[in-house]
Amino acid sequence: MSLVELKGVVKRFGTNTVLDDVSMNVERGEIIAVIGRSGSGKSTMLRCINGLEPVQGGTVVVDGETVSAPGADLRALRQRVGIVFQSYNLFPHLSVEKNITLAPRVVKGIDPGTARELALGVLRRVGLAEKIDAYPDQLSGGQQQRVAIARSLAMQPKLMLFDEITSALDPELTGEVLKVLEQVAAEGMTMILVTHEMGFARRVATRVVFMHQGRIWEEGGAREVLEKPRTPELATFLDAVLH
Amino acid sequence: MNYRFNFRDIWAQTDFILEGILVTLALTVVTMLSGLVIGTLGAAARVHGPRWLSTMVAAYVEVIRNTPLIVQLFLVFFGLPSAGIRLDAMTASMIALGINLGAYSTEIIRAGLEAIPRTQVEAGRCLGLSGVQVFRHVVLFPAIKVIYPALSSQFVLIMLATSVVSQISAPDLFHVASIIQSRTFRDFEIYAVVSGIYLALALAMKLGFAAIHHLAFGRR
Amino acid sequence: MIREFAAIDVYYLLLAARWTLALTALAFVGGGLFGIVVALMRVSPFMPLRALGAAYVNVVQGIPLLGWLFVFFFGLPILASVQVSSWVAATVAFSFYAGAFLGEIWRGCLQAIPRQQWEAGAALGLGFGEQLRHVIVPQAVRVAIPPTVGFLVQLIKNTSLGAVIGFVELTREGQLTNAATYRPFTVYIAVAAIYFAMCFPLTQLSRRLERRLRVAR
Repeated sequence: MSLVELKGVVKRFGTNTVLDDVSMNVERGEIIAVIGRSGSGKSTMLRCINGLEPVQGGTVVVDGETVSAPGADLRALRQRVGIVFQSYNLFPHLSVEKNITLAPRVVKGIDPGTARELALGVLRRVGLAEKIDAYPDQLSGGQQQRVAIARSLAMQPKLMLFDEITSALDPELTGEVLKVLEQVAAEGMTMILVTHEMGFARRVATRVVFMHQGRIWEEGGAREVLEKPRTPELATFLDAVLH
Repeated sequence: MNYRFNFRDIWAQTDFILEGILVTLALTVVTMLSGLVIGTLGAAARVHGPRWLSTMVAAYVEVIRNTPLIVQLFLVFFGLPSAGIRLDAMTASMIALGINLGAYSTEIIRAGLEAIPRTQVEAGRCLGLSGVQVFRHVVLFPAIKVIYPALSSQFVLIMLATSVVSQISAPDLFHVASIIQSRTFRDFEIYAVVSGIYLALALAMKLGFAAIHHLAFGRR
Repeated sequence: MIREFAAIDVYYLLLAARWTLALTALAFVGGGLFGIVVALMRVSPFMPLRALGAAYVNVVQGIPLLGWLFVFFFGLPILASVQVSSWVAATVAFSFYAGAFLGEIWRGCLQAIPRQQWEAGAALGLGFGEQLRHVIVPQAVRVAIPPTVGFLVQLIKNTSLGAVIGFVELTREGQLTNAATYRPFTVYIAVAAIYFAMCFPLTQLSRRLERRLRVAR
């Protein structure tokens, strides 16, 4: 069974259809890059996968849990699915350590000593062990985003979702975040990334999904999708982002 | 100006004045606590409650904020007995003051809760925290930080406003002043002295709140 | 003699509400004059003036309005060596009191105008007074209107305390009506309703103006 199964998913905001019959399977270990214009439904699809947005049609199944069913255990699901946002969303009143260990402590109930070890461990993976006692507003945007990734990693998720996580960053800070992402990918994590970084998608993604007008318009291996677009819509999009 | 000021008669009433100060402080503390409880419940009802409850709380806030405290106090003290509820002056004062402060703190706390970005709540939920856990660990502290300055100045204002309870003869500092006035006929002097005492209390409260703010929120 | 509470009593209460509004108007004019002076003192480039303005605000806001009413009621005759009517005492006390609050509100509005606007004025060779008059005040007025209307509500409610020095306005009339009819619940509900009818529209207006201002930015 696939880790993520979307079947005929429909999502509307009022009369505006944002996802229109979207179906997609994601296997363990895959790294999916989702590309497309803003408003094409990329971010909404991510948000439907971990139940942040209820869907109006179709089914969403993640790790055997039917997310789209009424009464789905979203809390349990979210412990297995990490998400990182464009705007970091670190908790400003908590230190880096507390940001990372909040959920492990209150949700999983690990003790404070283990929690600090856990925080140090994930911070090393994102190269920020020395910032463990800092507060978010003492960090650069790139550093905050790496802490957000570490916070997500600390829950030992089976799947990680990344929602345009470099879009709010200055170009010189984007590189350090992508490097961390690449490393997480190399460790075998299943990942779905909404991204505008085409170079990164080509290098790291096992599959690229192009969304247009709320539908999956084209998908396939990174090279074939990015180098040989089959539809004029993808060709126009690639033309616009690459030049 | 050929008036001769005389503070000696007032000095002789020090113990009596101290009693008044104690009553004023006690009233203030009780009002702060009840106002905080009402305000927290009111804000929770406004933000998370069902529509009908939210509307009722909004109406309560508007009615209280658009009528004078002294009229509210008269209604509780003089009006309620005709509904069969007879209260002594102190109880009536505490009720009227608590209801009054409750309306203002409902608004202040509601604004504080709404100042916390939705994305923060979302981030908490995405980590698998329950609604209560999100409130306790993600929303509460930043909200208090937003609420604190407005709420603490509201507390100082209500301390000063407790003086109206003298109008229903509750034995607070201001009522003590009017009794001393009738004993000594030193009208101006007693009200000047008592005003000075209120000023000192207000400054002490402001300093106290600033110190607490520094301790609680003054990291770095 | 105890008589029934009747429609005529509501009429008298409404008549008395005129004095509430009259006192509010006087206090607003007087308080406005104090307030302008205080606000200007607090943004002036001279430290002693700023400190004096701040001291006035802190002292006024640290003492109950009841205290000020009695201090002026008993203090003015000493100062002027003549008896003053409750009209004079109330007007002076409320003006003095409102001045501190309006001064604070307006100072905030003046300071809400970005520093660069002062600098731009200075760069054009305008003096402090000219910068204020031509650059800062015209912009600050727009910001000042909603909170000023909001303060009017405070002022209307506060005039109820004028009753304690014998000024006959709505609350005092309510007390008198109650003494005659002994229907406290009905009387004070009527009094509260009249206050609400005066204050609520202003509260709404203040909110609407503020929302419009926020949208305009």
